[in-house]
Amino acid sequence: MIVQRQSVTFPSIELVSGETLSPVTVAYETYGELNQARSNAILIEHAFSGDAHAAGISDLDGKPGWWDNMIGPGKAFDTSRYFVVCSNVLGGCSGTTGPASIDPATGKPYGPRFPFVTVADMVKLQAMLMDHLGVEKLLSVAGGSMGGMQALQWAVSYPERCASVVPIASTHRHSAQQIAFNEVGRQAIVADPDFQGGNYYEGPGPARGLAVARMVGHITYMSDDSMREKFGRRRRLSETPSGESELFEVESYLRYRGGQFVSRFDANSYITITKAMDVFDLAGENGSLADALLRCKARFLALSFTSDWLYPSYQSEEIVRALRGRNCDVAYVELPSNYGHDAFLIEAGEQTDIVRGFLDATFRRL
Amino acid sequence: MSTTAEPVTAPERPFVAEVLAREDYQVIGEIVESGSRVLDLGCGEGELMAWLEQSKDCEARGVEISAKKVRVALARGLSIYQGDIDRGLADYPDGAFDYVILSQTLQETHHPREVLLEMLRVGRRAIVAFPNFGHWSARWSLLRTGRAPKTRHLPFEWYNTPNIHFVTIPDFEELLRKEGIRIERSYFLRGPRRISLRPSLFADSAVYLLRRD
Repeated sequence: MIVQRQSVTFPSIELVSGETLSPVTVAYETYGELNQARSNAILIEHAFSGDAHAAGISDLDGKPGWWDNMIGPGKAFDTSRYFVVCSNVLGGCSGTTGPASIDPATGKPYGPRFPFVTVADMVKLQAMLMDHLGVEKLLSVAGGSMGGMQALQWAVSYPERCASVVPIASTHRHSAQQIAFNEVGRQAIVADPDFQGGNYYEGPGPARGLAVARMVGHITYMSDDSMREKFGRRRRLSETPSGESELFEVESYLRYRGGQFVSRFDANSYITITKAMDVFDLAGENGSLADALLRCKARFLALSFTSDWLYPSYQSEEIVRALRGRNCDVAYVELPSNYGHDAFLIEAGEQTDIVRGFLDATFRRL
Repeated sequence: MSTTAEPVTAPERPFVAEVLAREDYQVIGEIVESGSRVLDLGCGEGELMAWLEQSKDCEARGVEISAKKVRVALARGLSIYQGDIDRGLADYPDGAFDYVILSQTLQETHHPREVLLEMLRVGRRAIVAFPNFGHWSARWSLLRTGRAPKTRHLPFEWYNTPNIHFVTIPDFEELLRKEGIRIERSYFLRGPRRISLRPSLFADSAVYLLRRD
């Protein structure tokens, strides 16, 4: 299935901060067909470094989408039954307006002047996209990690517009540990002399800092078990700036992933989006999580993974408990996996039957 | 109390007998009124919930501790969460359900009294089914061999049994009296048949419909 990235530009969006961004573009992909009743639309939310290319083969680079094992004909999100949409988040750098976009006021990239965006702003832009696509009510909003945070924000911001919500390996607010790892990433970027206070678009850019930030990220996405299995203490000859030398495989892997990330991600987007994740707090803004979900009538399916220490199961359980307190319809299971936080991207087999059963039951009950 | 021995009534739909192969499920299927909100504690793979949703138009939720069973139930599209019955009810508001069902699991909970009280807080009624540890075969087995009873209904060794509270029919009814819990109906089962003669000796299991006074 070859897919094409599409985009739509709106005149403006008013942000939670009170600032207005105009114009604003959102990049998205769609899979499957919207039915006559417009009742089979599912919005997939990507995680921190993801993009709109969730499924199929991109016509740009021939690569499969980040959740291609879960989205497609006959898969968990079955595109022969459902109309599936995924869009790049506000503040991102894969087609949607973000810090690297041109500020019409100056004719130069926004850079550090890009307004402060929140998860609620990201979701607001997605709601505008749904209006554009003619989708009034979503059958489901689903995503892992930051994608799950956006899905929960949908339940709070637009409770009448989603029939079901699927937060996977996610949380309603970051813990100190999660904020800490994000801060290490941000500081690595800021400490790079090429960061230039965020005005680096005419120079080389903070490639080293951004690569280190990504290396830290990758460590938190894996588990002790998965790293031991994948790398152990094995070594290999690798090209390094000081010539060929022997590196631990884990070192070589992290350097490779760090370097690869630099070629596709913008450092200011890194800062903008991780900040949005850190300040996200559905309980704090609304008194309690239960109060935040007061108007929500959606069904929920929460999933977590045993070895995920970045978004541990207790965070999913907090969401589930708040929903139970509101007597909401909520299903939950902690799935076994050694893959750490990455499990939500890898463990398609574990998730498929569950997600399929849940969506099927939700669709039947409409 | 049911007073006459009678064969289990014919199922409402052919599907019922299949799903409700367990004798206590048949009784529960009879008790629960159509369109009720039901919470099934220790729901396993959700057979009873699925039947209550399809045949009785109930809104069913379930709690199950085994992740494997929860996965099967979720794949059926049921609303089940993985959790511990001993702790899992605290979050629910009072009177959230018409019925809270605990089938063959009371004896496996760590704090059966607290579980029972919680069931009657979050549910207007509770349905409790448990195996009768006072059945004659258990008594005879203990008397004859001097060893922890092993019977058809209690096939475990003492060191690997999930049953950590041995309860008999008079034991259970005494607890209900102490806590001021009213028995609306009770059923005593021997295999598929309901019995009334000396149930504490002859019933394999008992099913109670309970409410707070």
